[in-house]
Amino acid sequence: MDAIISLFNAAVVFGTVIMFGAIGEIIAEKSGSLNLGVPGIMYLGGIAGLVGAFFYESSVDEPNRLVCVIIAVLCCFAVSFLGGLIFSFLTITLRANQNVTGLTLTIFGSGVANFFGGSLNKLAGGVGQISVSATSSAFRHGIPGLKSIGGGIGQMFFSYGFLVYIAIASAVLLSIYLKRTRQGLALGAVGENPGAADAAGINVTKYKYLATCFGAAISGFGGLFYVMDYTKGTWANDGTIEALGWLAVALVIFATWKPYNTIWGSYLFGILYWAFFYISGLTRSSQELFKMLPYIVTIIVLVAVSMRKKKENQPPEALGLSYFREER
Amino acid sequence: MKGNAIELIDITKRFGEVVANHKVNMVVRKGEILSLLGENGSGKTTLMNMLSGIYFPDEGQILLDGQEIVIRSPEDAFRYGIGMIHQHFKLVDVYTAAQNIILGIPGKFMLNKKEIYKDIRELTEKYGFEIDLDKKIYEMSVSEKQTVEIVKMLYRGANILILDEPTAVLTPQETDRLFGVLRNMKKDGKAVIIITHKLQEVLELSDRVAVLRKGEYIGTVETKDATELSLTEMMVGKKVSLNIGRTEPVNRKKLINIEHLTCLNKEGVKALDDVSFEIYGGEILGIAGIAGAGQKELLESIAGLQKSEEGSSILYKAIDNNDEIQLVGRSVNDIKNLGISLAFVPEDRLGMGLVGNMGMIGNMMLRSYNEGKSFFTEKKAPAELAERIKNRLDVATPSINTPVRKLSGGNVQKVLVGREIALAPRVLMTAYAVRGLDINTSYTIYNILSEEKEKGVAVVYVGEDLDVLIELCDRILVLCGGRVSGIVDARTTTKEEVGMLMTKLKGEEE
Repeated sequence: MDAIISLFNAAVVFGTVIMFGAIGEIIAEKSGSLNLGVPGIMYLGGIAGLVGAFFYESSVDEPNRLVCVIIAVLCCFAVSFLGGLIFSFLTITLRANQNVTGLTLTIFGSGVANFFGGSLNKLAGGVGQISVSATSSAFRHGIPGLKSIGGGIGQMFFSYGFLVYIAIASAVLLSIYLKRTRQGLALGAVGENPGAADAAGINVTKYKYLATCFGAAISGFGGLFYVMDYTKGTWANDGTIEALGWLAVALVIFATWKPYNTIWGSYLFGILYWAFFYISGLTRSSQELFKMLPYIVTIIVLVAVSMRKKKENQPPEALGLSYFREER
Repeated sequence: MKGNAIELIDITKRFGEVVANHKVNMVVRKGEILSLLGENGSGKTTLMNMLSGIYFPDEGQILLDGQEIVIRSPEDAFRYGIGMIHQHFKLVDVYTAAQNIILGIPGKFMLNKKEIYKDIRELTEKYGFEIDLDKKIYEMSVSEKQTVEIVKMLYRGANILILDEPTAVLTPQETDRLFGVLRNMKKDGKAVIIITHKLQEVLELSDRVAVLRKGEYIGTVETKDATELSLTEMMVGKKVSLNIGRTEPVNRKKLINIEHLTCLNKEGVKALDDVSFEIYGGEILGIAGIAGAGQKELLESIAGLQKSEEGSSILYKAIDNNDEIQLVGRSVNDIKNLGISLAFVPEDRLGMGLVGNMGMIGNMMLRSYNEGKSFFTEKKAPAELAERIKNRLDVATPSINTPVRKLSGGNVQKVLVGREIALAPRVLMTAYAVRGLDINTSYTIYNILSEEKEKGVAVVYVGEDLDVLIELCDRILVLCGGRVSGIVDARTTTKEEVGMLMTKLKGEEE
């Protein structure tokens, strides 16, 4: 029982990182922007939150936990939004190739983040020395009262930091937004057929910009959550965020662009990813084989979805394409 | 209800070097149906795109109800009550009809399905549309999609409706229904502008006809004073004769003998059912039938693109000796090398046969790239061929290197048809060769087919226009539901007889 709860906890924490990444990417992809810069943007969001929290914590004696959270969240939002803006300007205004731009943004983001991460560690006194304990504990605080319910219930459902619940809420809200609002309908149309959206009087450029930038901002929270919760307010130049970022992109495909699916999909990925830890008798090399499971499942889903040929499960039709109006 | 809805004054539009419209002046009245006529590439669509906000004019004024307006985007056009239905529908495939209709309209943040459906139903009942609001666009036929487009425009409060070749891919019955709806709108005081190449429709439907030629405005005439010939002359700018020079077939030689041809379509239903007939050299064989009666499968079976069932036989007489060659089971390339060529013009012209991003030369090479022994491709011959086609069919393109997707629809088609004819095949099969072409170019194509026939080529012509089939062909094979319902002599048959055969099989009394 304890093993199951502990696996579930690990899966939820792991899943929340990629759920943020995937939800942000779904918003962007719905507008036709294939932003492969998600790993880079998660890097940016994570380091921005960490930098903000670090300077706040080191400038006051008694850091206020609410202020810690607000500063980290604002820094993360602003910098990831900026990352989205770089991508938007290059691909929407200058019509650069989205794949290349996205990959470049990933390299850029990881470079910037690791540079500042290394510097922070130096400031804090050496490799692995940085720690924003006040902020991190504020992020990891479970739901008061509920988390102490017995029988494992509290531990299983109410012991997580608030971002876990915000991730679920954003998936639900996004789904409602896409399905039941005028703006959501327009957003989907821009990604499916920008020509039709344009002819219907929708400002294609505006929708693409906003969707890509806000999408990036939400993806960035994946990085923040990773830094504050997953690694408990520390920084290591080990490239894990990038690996998780690619899983977020895979999760978008796995979820067939439907926000609801990212909720259980991300936790499933988490369980698959951590399963090796709870299976006894694995060697180091067979552990690595188990870590491939989320990717294998994604490939299977991809094949299954494309074989069923159901139009609703396909990527937005204009995904990855630039839109020119004055062209025959 | 009298008065001018829209007035265009000295409108000019250039695309780089090309002048698409030069000082066009035109008036559209309220409560009338105006036809806009012109040859392919004469600038009709460009002109209308300036009203719908897709393009912005370089010079000139647009007046709405006598007031000057500026249309910078489709949004502006809607605000002024102008709606355009494009030749390629601007619909989102994975959305339902209702979702497409309300797309982009400002309103409450949340969608209220009940309210929206009620509003749309009111509109559809008023004008007599039949529409399933919950159906997804990708499940719809062309005619249904068109209905969605029209309702979409009316829902936006369009008072001026522009339709770009709305009947090109409709069946006669669907066309009638569309015309009924358009007449209802006219009664309601709306102005309708319709771009079409079918002169009979122009005469039947419209009140006035405006003519463009090479981007310039020629004039507007009352439909009641016009005839097919007078309109064509306005369009072309010189005296023309709308006659197909049909000659008596000489040296008819049996080239292909088809027996018991049966094949299944994707759904496993018989698309062709026990079809038997012969194809002769020196003759034009017309194939008539309502859309989807098996025309496509028939041509593709001969060309080796369609798998046929057991028992089917397509025998072909070889050129040099009198050997009979079985075509069933042979590869597309084999059949092509025997001199059998298929020019199929699909609904989406660029979808099959041409590569949009390549110029005319590149597209010519698609047919010849694997000829010759050298490792490198030969470019001179295709360039000459492209030049020949450009001159003969009068293709309007800045250069033979311009990507074909930049050409107007009709010109794209000329390239496609021209290439197939240039192969000098022994059997030339064409499907919908003149779909969307203006009348003058259509007659050029008819005459080219006739010339081929005189050279002894066996021409198979799948067409939609019965008048043309009867005038052009020697024999007409009529398909109905995948079966041959009759083969008639084109010289003695009537439109009525062919029409009857199209809808029922011989001997079946209904």
